[in-house]
Amino acid sequence: MDRLVRAPFPLLGQTMAQRTPLYDTHVAANGKMVDFAGWDMPIHYGSQLEEHHIVRKDAGMFDVSHMLGIDLVGADALPFLRHLLANDCAKLTVEGKALYSCMLQEDGGVIDDLIVYFLASERYRIVVNAGTADKDLAWMRQQITGFNAELTPRRDLAMIAVQGPNARERFWMAFPVARAKTVLLSPFQATEWVAGEGADLSEWLIARTGYTGEDGFEIAVPVDEAAGVWAALQAVGVVPCGLGARDTLRLEAGMNLYGQDMDERVNPLESGLTWTVDFKDAGRDFIGRKALEATPPKRTFVGLVLQDRGVLRAHQAVITAHGEGETTSGSFAPTLGLSVALARVPVGVQFGDTVQVKIRDKALNAKVVKPPFARNGKSLIQEK
Amino acid sequence: MTTPANLKYAKSHEWAKLEADGTVTVGITDHAQEALGDVVFLELPEAGRVVKAGQEVAVVESVKAASDIYAPISGEIIESNGIAVDAPESINADAYGTWLFKIKPSNIAELDGLLDAAGYDAVAND
Repeated sequence: MDRLVRAPFPLLGQTMAQRTPLYDTHVAANGKMVDFAGWDMPIHYGSQLEEHHIVRKDAGMFDVSHMLGIDLVGADALPFLRHLLANDCAKLTVEGKALYSCMLQEDGGVIDDLIVYFLASERYRIVVNAGTADKDLAWMRQQITGFNAELTPRRDLAMIAVQGPNARERFWMAFPVARAKTVLLSPFQATEWVAGEGADLSEWLIARTGYTGEDGFEIAVPVDEAAGVWAALQAVGVVPCGLGARDTLRLEAGMNLYGQDMDERVNPLESGLTWTVDFKDAGRDFIGRKALEATPPKRTFVGLVLQDRGVLRAHQAVITAHGEGETTSGSFAPTLGLSVALARVPVGVQFGDTVQVKIRDKALNAKVVKPPFARNGKSLIQEK
Repeated sequence: MTTPANLKYAKSHEWAKLEADGTVTVGITDHAQEALGDVVFLELPEAGRVVKAGQEVAVVESVKAASDIYAPISGEIIESNGIAVDAPESINADAYGTWLFKIKPSNIAELDGLLDAAGYDAVAND
């Protein structure tokens, strides 16, 4: 078995690896470290499957400090975001609310997917992927010319995602002082402690967001506090989880992974992200809009559930009655006990269809479904 | 985990055990299962298939990746382990106790070309 047929992540093995403030913590906990998007990250701490299940059933935590927070401040912050992003940040009217969006090239290709948090009037936090952070920042700085607003990358912050049905309760056990401000957060809403506010939580940002299909918080804290926060969460029973479990959790939850399910070569309308592109305001000239409006999608983005025995992986050919497509992510889905994939297939393929996926020398049957496959601890496949 | 001294090893991380009846039982090493992580699927060869040493004959899929398994010696596949197919996680629990397939060797001398435990440890820890 000297040859790994397929690496688990597309950005594996890029450059000299960077380390997050929690690197030593991971190594001390026997984290199996791999290069992900140029960062030395734990893929698991023993069993990826157990880490997956703990997040669906209880509470796990992930070091996501490799992702980059970027602060955007200025009178033109909102007009800039409305130009920069395919989703419309004008929807962010309640302080703390977050919005998922793609950032597009002029031709509609996806530069990155990101989350924007509306912190206060004229003040936003944008969180982007690790492997694209430098490219994103360069693009944003190029586009911000003429807008009265400023971008500040926040590598001085670490980020920890605490996820699972018991994640919030356990977080409050560890940090009761944070409860009052976070207990009323609705999904996709955040709250912050500005610099100097509160004795212990200065510069913390706590968001009820995640990438697992479970409830929980994503927490940004100053880097020198990261190891202490991690240890405090572990002390109340939150289990450290690696990027391996993060990948199977997000796949089951039907969430795209940048660089795998979409990149510069495809647009969001062919990536299952039409819901994130806001065309409503005809006067809003966001980057990529003209190209998206000029080119109707030829492909559609679906979920596949393997009916035969085997494991779906990325980049397998999908044979349909309407032509050939390709899986973009695939794995054994631990919550379901079978294999699922996301796939880009020709328009015309319908939910409920049976297609064939080529795995080595075989063509195996798969059912076309609408993602997600699992969320909130449960398989959603039976109902499909 | 100690690498068993009674087995022979391929550089590609398979173990081979010469049985009393002259057949050879094949599995993957503990180092291999450790590198793969949680094993979730096995594709094993049909009995009767004639294979050459070094040829791809099986696939072990973990949650994170698929890996080819090579025949450590030439011969005819006489049996695959259906119990392991139904419980692939047994490879993680006991890699040396979970065999994948049995070969009737066409040239038993090929076994001498495989590594012993110390030789394999040197390869695995490289």
